[in-house]
Amino acid sequence: MQFGVFTVGDVTPDPTTGRTPTEGERIGAMVAIARKAEEVGLDVFATGEHHNEPFVPSSPTTMLGFVAAQTERLLLSTATTLITTNDPVKIAEDYAMLQHLAGGRVDLTLGRGNTGPVYPWFGKDIRDGIPLAIENYALLRRLWTEDVVDWEGRFRTPLQSFTSTPRPLDGVPPFVWHGSIRSPEIAEQAAYYGDGFFANHIFWPKEHFIRLVDFYRRRYEHYGHGSADQAVVGLGGQVFVRKNSQDAVREFRPYFDNAPVYGHGPSLEEFTEHTPLTVGSPQEVIDKTLTFREHFGDYQRQLFLVDHAGLPLDLVLEQMEILGEEVVPVLRRELDAMRPAHVPDAPTHASRVAARDAASSAAPTPTAPVAPTPATVA
Amino acid sequence: MDRRSLVVLSAGLGQPSSTRLLADRLTAAARQALAGRGVEVDVTLVEVRDVARDLADHLVANATSPALRRALDAVAAADAVIAVTPVFAASYSGLFKTFVDALDRDALTGVPVLVGATAGTQRHSLVLEHAMRPLFAHLRALVLPTAVFAAPEDWGGDSQPSGDALSARVDRAAGELAEVVAGRPVRRPHDPFADAPSFADLLSGR
Repeated sequence: MQFGVFTVGDVTPDPTTGRTPTEGERIGAMVAIARKAEEVGLDVFATGEHHNEPFVPSSPTTMLGFVAAQTERLLLSTATTLITTNDPVKIAEDYAMLQHLAGGRVDLTLGRGNTGPVYPWFGKDIRDGIPLAIENYALLRRLWTEDVVDWEGRFRTPLQSFTSTPRPLDGVPPFVWHGSIRSPEIAEQAAYYGDGFFANHIFWPKEHFIRLVDFYRRRYEHYGHGSADQAVVGLGGQVFVRKNSQDAVREFRPYFDNAPVYGHGPSLEEFTEHTPLTVGSPQEVIDKTLTFREHFGDYQRQLFLVDHAGLPLDLVLEQMEILGEEVVPVLRRELDAMRPAHVPDAPTHASRVAARDAASSAAPTPTAPVAPTPATVA
Repeated sequence: MDRRSLVVLSAGLGQPSSTRLLADRLTAAARQALAGRGVEVDVTLVEVRDVARDLADHLVANATSPALRRALDAVAAADAVIAVTPVFAASYSGLFKTFVDALDRDALTGVPVLVGATAGTQRHSLVLEHAMRPLFAHLRALVLPTAVFAAPEDWGGDSQPSGDALSARVDRAAGELAEVVAGRPVRRPHDPFADAPSFADLLSGR
């Protein structure tokens, strides 16, 4: 089970002081959060990709490359990389480059973007959102797995004798998750390829996400990648944690009430009742997170949102220390104990290289004696 | 007996409201007219005021409460809808429109809808024709020919020629609703998961 943090990189005034960080301060804070993730024993740091204010992270591989140089163990990921408006050739090259620089500590989550105008800004049409995600990813996979690609499609200039460089580290591309909050087509895409599915279920109602994840699991089995409970699922979550509940609620409320996206809407109490948001003690975060497994089955990756809505960096780092010391070790122990042996961990570069090597050493021996089939009586 | 689902949207604000009163009259008449055609109805009443705050949260925070979700899902699965609004500022009320705005784009496609409205004066009666009918036409609903308007004097009823009395208009509208609903198969609601295209179709751009 992997635990980590994901950030949208919003530049938001701190409602308790009125102070807005500069872009430089926010970018620096994101790097500090990533370093803290490794320091407190979390596994994953994931950054969003946005091309509109008030968000700063437009260039994920630049940031993740910088983080890679300052960490040793941390897995670097995205939440999400825009498969619709980025050129798949550039995604193939950027993330392969990052793989080499980070020693394989890289995967990515593909998504379709957070704002309508991002499509026209990059010369695309929002009505092609799903077809773009389908075609671009099909090309991305070929660029990673085939050394020389001839290709022609609807959305991009054709390629003849093209080799994307560098080639993926050890010949194994980064593992891919597909993120969606709404579209069965994206869950279907993840299932078809045997990729991971990430449900950022931080808005109510959970019932919708349960159906989406369940659909992905059934289709994963349908396409022959394993049983439904072996499909690779990641979930979002959101926490503000203090030693005791009352302090957490008192400190977080001004940030909640003024937060982008959900501020000035439901009350903190309503939102915590119906969404994964937990504002409370370490034990409350543990209890709430354990319910995710009841709703979605055994899953492989849990990412927490801890740094939005203008929360100052020192407060965020304190949160992460509590997560690392008091929350995640308990969750790791409890979730690992409940997980059946046949449910896999999230793939890593090392496990994918090992799986590839095992498959290729098994493949060239088709003449191996076939074991007698036991007891198939007509 | 056949069964059909009927969802009644009532956007009155008072409790009790004359909007709800008209909605109840239409519902009872529709139930009776359908029973006469061998159809039993399961009625779901949506008092829009009960999800008013939920609608505001839905608008500003993209948060859909369980109660609002149930109401939206009921409409999206309905075999027929009765929609009644008070008239505010020469149109349907903002609250009524906010609920309609929250519906999925296809929630009412091809669904028979009986529209009604109430106001403090008969001078607003054309709201049904210049606001309600185009709204539901936009949603590709099948808006029934008779729309029912009730002004204060309708609740007395003595001054009207008998063919124009509220009860006569209610019965005529309910008859139209029953006629259409009884002649149609049970609605199969759109299921985004069951109806999702196969990946082969997605890949080939179909």
